[in-house]
Amino acid sequence: MYDCIIVGGGHNGLVCAAYLARARRSVLVLEAADQVGGAAVTREFAPGFKVSACAHLLHLMPGSLMRELGLDARGLRMAAAHLPSTAIAADQAPLALDPSDCSGLAARCAADAAAYPRYRQRLQRLGAALQPVLEATPPRLGTASWQDRWSWLRLGWRIRRLGRRDMRELLRIGGMCVQDLLDEQFDTPLLKGALGFDAVLGANLGPRSPGSVLPLLYRTAAEARSGSALAQPAGGIGAVSQALAAAVFAAGGQIRTGALVERILVNEDRVAGVVLASGERIAARQVISNADPKTTFLKLLGSEHLDTGFVRRVTGLRAGGVTAKLHLALGRLPQFTGVAPQALLGRLLLAPSLAYIERAFNHAKYGEFSAQPIIEVTVPSVSDPGLAPAGKHVLSALVQYAPYQLLAGWQHERVRFTQLIIDTLEQCAPGLRAGIEAAELLTPMDIEREFRINGGHWHHAELALDQFFMVRPVPGAAQYHTPMSGLYLCGAGCHPGGGVMGLAGRNAARQLLREAA
Amino acid sequence: MDGGGNGRHDAIIVGAGHNGLVAACYLARAGLDVLVVERNDYIGGAAVSRQLYDGFTYSNCSYVCSLLRTEIIRELNLPAYGLQIIPYEGGCTMMRDGGHLALYDNHDALRREIARHSRRDAESYERYLRDMLRQCRFIKPLLLREPPDPTSFKPRDVMELLHLARHFHRLGEQRMYDTVRFWTMSCADFLDQYFESDIVKAHLAGSSIIGTALGPRSPGSAYVLLHHYMGNIDGTVGAWGFARGGMGAVTQALGASLQASGGQLRSGAPVERILVRDGRASGVVLASGEQLRARIVVSNLDVRRTFLEVMDSKDLPPEFLAQVRNFKIRGSSGKLNIALDGLPHFPAIPHGSPSTRGDMHVTDTIDMLERAYDDWKEGRWSRAPYIDMLIPTQIDPTMAPSGKHYMSVFVQYCPYRLAEGEWNDARRQSFGRTVIDTIGAHSPDFKDLILHAEIRTPWDLENEVGLTEGNIFQGELTFDQLLFNRPIPGYAQYRAPVRGVYMCGSSTHPGGGVMGAPGANAAGAILRDLKRAH
Amino acid sequence: MLTESQPHYRQPLLKTPFHERARALSQVDSFVAWAGYTTVDVFTFVEQEYFAIRNAATLYDLTPMVKYRIAGPDALRYLNRLMTRDLGKLRPKRVAYSIWCDDEGHLIDDGTVFHLGDSDYRLCTGERQLDWLLASAVGFDVQIAEVTSDIAALALQGPTSCAVLKNFGLDGVEQLKPFELGYFGMPAILGATGELMVSRTGFTGDLGYELWMHPEDAEAIWDGLMQAGRDCTIRPIGSRALNMARIEAGFLMPNVDFVSSERTLHVGTERSPIELGLGWLVDFRKGHFTGRRALLAEQARAPSRRLVGLDIDGDKPAHNALLYADRSGRRAVGSVTSATWSPTCKRNIALAMVDAPHFGTGGSIWAEIYLNRELVWQRRMARARVVERPFFAPERRRATPPADF
Repeated sequence: MYDCIIVGGGHNGLVCAAYLARARRSVLVLEAADQVGGAAVTREFAPGFKVSACAHLLHLMPGSLMRELGLDARGLRMAAAHLPSTAIAADQAPLALDPSDCSGLAARCAADAAAYPRYRQRLQRLGAALQPVLEATPPRLGTASWQDRWSWLRLGWRIRRLGRRDMRELLRIGGMCVQDLLDEQFDTPLLKGALGFDAVLGANLGPRSPGSVLPLLYRTAAEARSGSALAQPAGGIGAVSQALAAAVFAAGGQIRTGALVERILVNEDRVAGVVLASGERIAARQVISNADPKTTFLKLLGSEHLDTGFVRRVTGLRAGGVTAKLHLALGRLPQFTGVAPQALLGRLLLAPSLAYIERAFNHAKYGEFSAQPIIEVTVPSVSDPGLAPAGKHVLSALVQYAPYQLLAGWQHERVRFTQLIIDTLEQCAPGLRAGIEAAELLTPMDIEREFRINGGHWHHAELALDQFFMVRPVPGAAQYHTPMSGLYLCGAGCHPGGGVMGLAGRNAARQLLREAA
Repeated sequence: MDGGGNGRHDAIIVGAGHNGLVAACYLARAGLDVLVVERNDYIGGAAVSRQLYDGFTYSNCSYVCSLLRTEIIRELNLPAYGLQIIPYEGGCTMMRDGGHLALYDNHDALRREIARHSRRDAESYERYLRDMLRQCRFIKPLLLREPPDPTSFKPRDVMELLHLARHFHRLGEQRMYDTVRFWTMSCADFLDQYFESDIVKAHLAGSSIIGTALGPRSPGSAYVLLHHYMGNIDGTVGAWGFARGGMGAVTQALGASLQASGGQLRSGAPVERILVRDGRASGVVLASGEQLRARIVVSNLDVRRTFLEVMDSKDLPPEFLAQVRNFKIRGSSGKLNIALDGLPHFPAIPHGSPSTRGDMHVTDTIDMLERAYDDWKEGRWSRAPYIDMLIPTQIDPTMAPSGKHYMSVFVQYCPYRLAEGEWNDARRQSFGRTVIDTIGAHSPDFKDLILHAEIRTPWDLENEVGLTEGNIFQGELTFDQLLFNRPIPGYAQYRAPVRGVYMCGSSTHPGGGVMGAPGANAAGAILRDLKRAH
Repeated sequence: MLTESQPHYRQPLLKTPFHERARALSQVDSFVAWAGYTTVDVFTFVEQEYFAIRNAATLYDLTPMVKYRIAGPDALRYLNRLMTRDLGKLRPKRVAYSIWCDDEGHLIDDGTVFHLGDSDYRLCTGERQLDWLLASAVGFDVQIAEVTSDIAALALQGPTSCAVLKNFGLDGVEQLKPFELGYFGMPAILGATGELMVSRTGFTGDLGYELWMHPEDAEAIWDGLMQAGRDCTIRPIGSRALNMARIEAGFLMPNVDFVSSERTLHVGTERSPIELGLGWLVDFRKGHFTGRRALLAEQARAPSRRLVGLDIDGDKPAHNALLYADRSGRRAVGSVTSATWSPTCKRNIALAMVDAPHFGTGGSIWAEIYLNRELVWQRRMARARVVERPFFAPERRRATPPADF
């Protein structure tokens, strides 16, 4: 009998387990795969070539979390940090996106170069004001509880403290589309495209979709107290999970890999433990699910233990991913036209204009992949040569839009899309194709299958205004506890979402401990 | 007050659109000496009935009535001045495969009709209706209130914010979440919660894009659906109707009500500039050079036009002007007014069905609506446009000679700026052909019945009515431009940055449609300011 | 038959298979819409029809009752998660009255569940519920289909109803216990293989049966029953007379005594089974069902209102009356939902929703009744005592076998 079983050893599950174990709970993490990390793993996709399977950069995990769990001491090291971002395009010179050095931008448009730092600063001010929101359990609406009212008042006060101008701006842009925000400030299409990219990355939104500023604010908010400014962990993102697992062990928690949870056990309307696929039953007082909400409620728990209205909301959760991941094993370092070698340490953003992104998004609306996709490219082996055989390289790219529900079916279209992405990259990096030794494309369908995320969405559920904060993932489960007594959620489907941030896991652990107190 | 005479008035209203007239009526009834000046030779702005073809009356721009607040109709006694609103008798969407979905007033007929397409949807429709009505009940009391400034500590703002919070709180926890989600959802996602049938979703989704530079998959479009739903006719929430004699009947009644209260109207008098002296309004100059004096000037024009064209930029704070320039006001709608030699035949609609006696459509999937929007984004009119087509003469006998018919065709989407170049007559005709062909595909005799067609693009709407970019709502209805953000954060209370200058057009809360609420709210703000001054 | 001559937009209401018979017997041409069908409100005279329920036998066209077939391996699990009662206890060939709630524990609707056979159930409700029934089916291997128009139904109610059925040739029908159902061969009407399903159920609180048949057999069965009941003074009745009887029996009517929480627009107009006095239908021990957690929480709180029976002074039915704590009418404490003069009990009875603490049995409150005296309206405050329901519950409703009259 354990105090807590955590279903799924993704990074949030591990964070949650580590915090619970530190609070002297007996904790068991059950991970279906042979290694911990869930989607935050480093894996070999071709002989000798290793790569971060999904997310490939670390920039959202708060410094406080990393310190509290002592990740440094447990071997987490950055191969490179403060990574530069560079906007690339097939027919234009690259543009470095460095707010502290806008010389490249100034050469194109002086007004934009002047506006860019101001834009960053304002976004950072707004983000910093919102940051504490990420670290708290979302309050409920309309309750008589003083704790909820206090949370709302605190949030209101934090926004008020921004001052009248910033507050008005926050209330205005909070629900706006990123295209309008960027059109108000900038002229350079390449700049706007790259900035818009960060807003729609991982989202089923185009730059013209209202609400697309939200992911950008979110990203900025998380980065405000991040422990690593846009960094690449040595050994890939899996190293983060390994360090987290070490933190769990250090706190006395246990982890079992290769242990697929089949069902959550219920007794007398309260969680009693889990059953593994092997048939083994493990008893626990609390079960915390790192799985996505649909899997947790509909598959592991079962709708018979839930109310119809709640199940209706869970079923309606929008959780279809739109981001694919391309891995290339390269015989040599790719040469991106005009890109300085230094820039290759960081990320290259291929989204030459907002109109380009919007057109790429158009396809996703109709169940097609983008004819001209937007791509975030990293070549992690540049700073971390151990990821590839000597002299060879790994290219890791996030690609949009690749909708989970592809009308033509991914089994038929995978090859065509892979070739299309490579063709698109080839235009910016002539000769790339010739250097390819192996390629792997993970579509949302593959991500679903391989990492057991229903819909293959890296946030487990679309991070949009209608699935946000106090309604994330669904009303009734937005405070980490669920209608089933003893069952908690700690995955990316909860506030504040995914992206190797770890806050959902920490918030869930804290909420559980508060309730037990 | 100073009283009239010598070209001096208490208040001058710039623009005799429906909101300008509503504001003027309320001010005149409060005893102010009010003058409304209008650029065109006729009053009404975009709510007009005009004879552009012999014997036919066109509702050239706005064409249906529902949103006009009952409180306003009553308080201004509009029925006594000839306003009659007659509800639609049906509605339908014709499908590409020859099928159709009709909407009937009768509950059982409607259920059986929807059940032809999906039995489940026929019943989910009840839940959809319930949720829409719940949202209507929530939003209605907010329409005729001045939105509070959330950044202000003024007692009135704090009280209004508290009122808003209490109003919201009364919904109870679950409905509060439903409301939050509803306001932020896309129409397509919203409808997916209820329906499985494409045609049912497509028919209902039409209202979410009318007048809006959004597609049905854009977050926030569910709200636009509500915006078109929150009207009512004689207690039937969501019902739409015709103003007898065309939409001009609304503004004619307002004009008559104004004159009965002692207000004055001057048409054919374009305002060149709003005059400011010592930091406050002092009157207006007409294009003729004539000066009219008043300490209160109320602009019914959209904010862009008011502050960028009719006011002198040196009278306004630069930061405010920058925000006005950023105000999103995008033309996305066109309109055809067609005189018909007879009633066209629509083979998809069964004989005797009243569903042609209301709004007719031909877009049968959400994807088709979305693709129509994709065209607009690229700067071209939709190749397969969404149309909201009505033949009011089936119900209103006053609008065409006996046996002949007037058809009003609202078209979404049509851009203000074409990617291929400026609007010209050839392109206008080509746009018209697209629309006529779209209708013709569902009615074999339609083209032969056409006697005359007036084709209006957003560009025409701007030039004739004065709506910037031809946006029918005087500004997009997106989150960043609703409630306390409308039109400009910090200036949502009808007051311009210059003392004595007010806004009363659809650019202000609660937005467009022939609702009259902005005009009434602006008058309320003016009268409160006057009371405070005395 | 159900095929309609006119399309739905010309003639929105369907006709039941008994329509022609009913029309022929209708003297006052009074029809009402019910769940998409047109049915008789009054045939002749409400009181006459009412007394036939309590004195003889009556036929009432039940066809518009919305019927769902719920079948499949998970049918029982599904129903137990949907409904508040433990349907595991419902044996085959038995019928149970049950209710279901939303997540907040507010009543959605009530209905009768027929256990027809192995994992095969029929649900009869007054209103369509497919939307909720399907939403509740997520995660269950169960098929749900509306079969309303496939089954014609008649209620045969009244003290001589068993005698009528015996005359009609249903041998052994007297052995049917309340809430039991049986199948009866009727070679003359149904052919050699056909069977008529009869359940001992009803909405009158009296001895009675409900007959479920193929629409094609409907007219023949109607005619046969009318013939068989001639000596028992059988007569057809409309909804108005039935309504008087059901109030006497203390039964609730959706949209009259409560509004389905799936239909409410205003805040706070939903009703829980506990408030409606239906707590006895809620089984907290059987496992989870929708609304269970909310109802458990509600049970732990002091009730704020309750549906009760009222016995009101005078003889004017207190339709829609507001209720007050005292005669002065200053403090409102609730309102009447259903009211009638009970000709059998000779009491002026009503069902009413009454606020705490006034709903205790034996308590006394005041009803504001409006009287129309040749178009001169008067207001009367009448004393109303809170009494137990049902108002009328004759022993014969339970007796097996029943007496012949």
